[in-house]
Amino acid sequence: MENRIPAVKLVDISKRFGPVAANSHVNMEVYRGEILALLGENGSGKTTLMNMLSGIYFPDEGQIFIDGNPVTIASPRDAFNLGIGMVHQHFKLIDVLTAAENIVLGLEGRLDIKAATGKIREICDKYGFEVDPTQKIYDMSVSQKQTVEIVKVLYRGAEVLILDEPTAVLTPQETEKLFDVLRRMREDNKAIVIITHKMHEVESLSDRVAVLRKGEYIGDMMTKDTNAGEMTNMMVGRKVSLNIKRPEPVNPKDRIKVSGVTVRNEEGILKLEDVSFTARSGEILGIAGISGCGQKELLEAIAGLQPVEKGSIEYIEDDGTAEELIGKDPRSIRDMGVSLSFVPEDRLGMGLVGNMDLAENMMLRSFEKGGSPFTDRKAPYELAKNVVEELEVVTPGISTPVRRLSGGNVQKVLVGREIASAPKVLLTAYAVRGLDINSSYTIYDLINKQKQAGVAVIFVGEDLDVLMELSDRILVLCGGRVSGIVDGRNADRAKIGLMMTNIGGGNNE
Amino acid sequence: MSNRKNHEPLVHISKRDGMTFKKALIIRIGAIAAALILCAIITMIFTGENPFGIYGAMAAGAFGSVRKTWITFQNVSILLLIALALTPAFKMRFWNIGGEGQVLIGGLAAATCMLKLGDKVPNGILILIMFAASVLAGGIWSVIPAIFKAKWNTNETLSTLMMNYIATQLVAFFTVLWEVPKGSGKIGIINQDTNAGWLPNLFGSGFSGSKYLLTIIFAVIITAGMFIYLAFSKQGYEIAVVGESVNTARYVGINVEKVIIRTVFISGAICGLVGLLLVGGINHTLTTTIAGGQGFTAVMVSWLAKFNPFIMILASLLIVFLSRGAGEVATNFGLNQSFSDILTGIILFFIIGCEFFISYKISFRRGGHKK
Amino acid sequence: MINFALLIPKAVVQGIPLLYGSTGEILTEKSGNLNLGIPGVMYVGAISGVIGAFAYEQGLSRYPENGFLAVMIPLLCCLLGSFLMGLLYCFLTVTLRANQNVTGLAMTTFGVGFGNFFGGSLIKLSGADVPSIALSTTSKYFSAGLPFADRLGWFGKIFLSYGFLAYLAIIIAVFAAIMLKKTRVGLHLRAVGENPGTADSAGINVTAYKYGATCIGCMIAGLGGLYYVMDYACGVWSNDAFGDRGWLAIALVIFTIWKPDIGIFASILFGGLYILYLYIPTGMDHMELQQLYKMIPYVVTLIVLVITSMRNKRENQPPAHLGLPYFREER
Repeated sequence: MENRIPAVKLVDISKRFGPVAANSHVNMEVYRGEILALLGENGSGKTTLMNMLSGIYFPDEGQIFIDGNPVTIASPRDAFNLGIGMVHQHFKLIDVLTAAENIVLGLEGRLDIKAATGKIREICDKYGFEVDPTQKIYDMSVSQKQTVEIVKVLYRGAEVLILDEPTAVLTPQETEKLFDVLRRMREDNKAIVIITHKMHEVESLSDRVAVLRKGEYIGDMMTKDTNAGEMTNMMVGRKVSLNIKRPEPVNPKDRIKVSGVTVRNEEGILKLEDVSFTARSGEILGIAGISGCGQKELLEAIAGLQPVEKGSIEYIEDDGTAEELIGKDPRSIRDMGVSLSFVPEDRLGMGLVGNMDLAENMMLRSFEKGGSPFTDRKAPYELAKNVVEELEVVTPGISTPVRRLSGGNVQKVLVGREIASAPKVLLTAYAVRGLDINSSYTIYDLINKQKQAGVAVIFVGEDLDVLMELSDRILVLCGGRVSGIVDGRNADRAKIGLMMTNIGGGNNE
Repeated sequence: MSNRKNHEPLVHISKRDGMTFKKALIIRIGAIAAALILCAIITMIFTGENPFGIYGAMAAGAFGSVRKTWITFQNVSILLLIALALTPAFKMRFWNIGGEGQVLIGGLAAATCMLKLGDKVPNGILILIMFAASVLAGGIWSVIPAIFKAKWNTNETLSTLMMNYIATQLVAFFTVLWEVPKGSGKIGIINQDTNAGWLPNLFGSGFSGSKYLLTIIFAVIITAGMFIYLAFSKQGYEIAVVGESVNTARYVGINVEKVIIRTVFISGAICGLVGLLLVGGINHTLTTTIAGGQGFTAVMVSWLAKFNPFIMILASLLIVFLSRGAGEVATNFGLNQSFSDILTGIILFFIIGCEFFISYKISFRRGGHKK
Repeated sequence: MINFALLIPKAVVQGIPLLYGSTGEILTEKSGNLNLGIPGVMYVGAISGVIGAFAYEQGLSRYPENGFLAVMIPLLCCLLGSFLMGLLYCFLTVTLRANQNVTGLAMTTFGVGFGNFFGGSLIKLSGADVPSIALSTTSKYFSAGLPFADRLGWFGKIFLSYGFLAYLAIIIAVFAAIMLKKTRVGLHLRAVGENPGTADSAGINVTAYKYGATCIGCMIAGLGGLYYVMDYACGVWSNDAFGDRGWLAIALVIFTIWKPDIGIFASILFGGLYILYLYIPTGMDHMELQQLYKMIPYVVTLIVLVITSMRNKRENQPPAHLGLPYFREER
């Protein structure tokens, strides 16, 4: 393999966004007839690197070679012409058009939907896709949309196929199907790059693994010569021994009782089905599951942001009286005297206002206090100052818009505000996503402090290792249903992994 | 593939992370100066006069006499008031371009009261009724598209635009219905003999600006009020949050629909007040052109001022100065009154265009890379 | 009873400027640009044509009359004038990413002023004693109907009695409809208006499509102004006579839910509603009712807008990215 000319060769590629170096001096090769898994933590620059290959971004420095020839990829069209196709994590499809129209979008020549439909059917037969070319995108499920994306890339005759976290939104069955297709493409002598976090996928699918860390290329190795442990070490840069503190719960009492909750999203798709569990005070309840299996809806339902079709969510006071939360918005929940804090997944789109400064963002939770028609600016300013000091937020000042802070500092501001109100219940979604190790530990410490103060914490996480070291109990969701609840101290990693993909971790594998 | 021409993009544009206030100010002033120079050149071509003469004539048109100065300030006040009215809606990212219609409906309400109640209630009470009627009418008129927006996310730019013309035709209907004399298609001066419902001249007739003062006072009060409302009140804060992110607003428990409807009501109510000032205070009659396109001009004023009430004063002053000044130039040199619209247009284009250089950074790539 | 042989031709001639305006605006909006400058563009188109015609008629003292030139000079002037307006709009909103509403409104202020200013200047130049200018020599080429129109009774009146620009409007609308539905350019254009990010990553040149659609849209809209002054108004320019037809054209875009073929019939319907009052016997006592009839197009448009947003059928919505600027490296 080493003697062949690589289909893609990246030499000394760098890209910066403002002060942030997304990629620095990356050298990488991709060969035909192989599946290369590109590994790296969030924010390690995988997607940016691939975006430069597909013409979305233009590298600041470096040279790309395709089949040995130096090329310039200034636009997505250049990428197509060079036979490079990328399936983005966020699908690039136009909702009101049909599958066929989306597939031929951007091509040249006379528009002949009929001929295109024929060719699409051919591709589908060859690789085993199921697509109705006349179906509109807005009528499609996530996996159907992804199929359209892959067909689109193949339709253009792509020889190099890049998939950015393709399995994050798929069910296990759909994932298996996708992998079969990818293996068939490998046999067809195409070069395939798959970005993923999931080690078992890397092991079952890829031929070679390349690792990025903080924008730098760490190295590559043949999949058969390595193991999950070694790959993880390369990704995070040191042996993972998280050693997150886990104090014993003090006097746990039932606080939030969820029973039989069923939620449909705006499109009418079932996101949660008959979910029941109890969260206790002084305890961290971890929520595990592959992304999109209902974690977001679950937290939003508790926080009063998601209409619930069936079931009940009760808040239980210290004296045992229970109050129903369903049907109330965040304001009325607050008015009931329920102190509930929520650190949402979308920090700048939901938890904070990017264009407002730190003090104004602190006000989001407190601005209604008091009978005056005017806002109290002083208390939020003081709070912002405290948060900056205590959590060591790096910021030019209190009056800096939060969108200018780095991810970790944004999260500190958000968490700092949410715990400032001395909550009884703390909901967090992907609290450490995109954060460096230090910031992550600051956040774990903050959450643990809340737990020790008797707060009922519900912690949605994506990293199983963290969940297993932090949580007292772990609730595993699978496709919107509770797959099981396990004790965090005696949890078995493999078992949880199985539970995430099969209800109850059943042994169909 | 080898004969394909590959070239790097030469110009690279990226978003700026924020510019110092001073630098941004210099860019804006530079744009206005460039526009004024271009306007002078264009005027020179049409009049043959030197630019200083032209701007001299313009200044004379706007501030040449005590009366002209008062009228200039009155016009600034009206434009400013409409711009202020639209601002809370804009801050919420609700593109209310229905100011024109909301002013007309406010004026219609005022005229209706003057005509129908003029001889039935004492003047003081009549004016209070007119005030309530105009404010309410303007508010309700604007709330209709706001409800559509809140309930079904109906595109508010298009719906408020339609409401303008519905309002215009409604006013046209009533002007013909109440025309004096029959067949003229005009209402004429309302209550000319009794002056019922005419807004009072402040400080009596001994003071030169008494006729114009009321409008100006309203403008001053509402400018300050709007600034305080937007910057310091809880409602103003809610508006800002809804405008920045509806999701965040929902997350902290703000009732987004309520805020939309309430804010747009305020917007329409102030427009209604302008209708009252125009009908009851300035013109004492109602025509379909009473707002004179200022509902649209105000959109630009508010946006150019970046929704800052104090900068809106300057923006309105600039536009009114141009319009009155160009009017004077037009009269002096026998040009047509529409000349001022051309100059206003040019200035606006420059100011609109210069914003780009404040929000974005342009960098040129080093040439001579390996071929 | 309403005499249809009389009403329909009147409705058509009222509808044609609206059809031009709405076809142009549909193309523009399909690219995601909400051009509120269309009323201004139509004024500029009209006055540019008038300036061309005026120049041509001034030349008649030295050269013989030439039908081809009489049509082509105003036509090209009109296209050039409205093209430049489109270019200005694109430069500001696409290249400089300015707010579309504000730019559009500024263009309307500028365009209407431009039209009235030069209209007024020409009136002065021609030394007329009425505040209008008549270009009847040129106009007769624009307003000439098809042959046999007079001899075919009601049929001739309804179908053959219009100037060539009226037929051109319908042809352009049909072409635009086919283009949007059946061709690759149309598909790409729709993609740009729906989701420029996706279109961009599919290799479509978003900037070129936005410029192209908006400039061509403006040129089509400008023809509406030309038709109005050279054919409908028989070559008589008087200031502000074009009125609010530009806004009505924007209303028509919504009414037709962004479909130029529906626009053909809808524009005639709007044209009919615009003058319906003339044909409904209100009596001299109730002239005011005429004003309510004139309100109908706007009310109907508003209702259509609200109903389509209520029903929320994806195909009938405005282009999803309408009114928003596009910047590729937005992060």
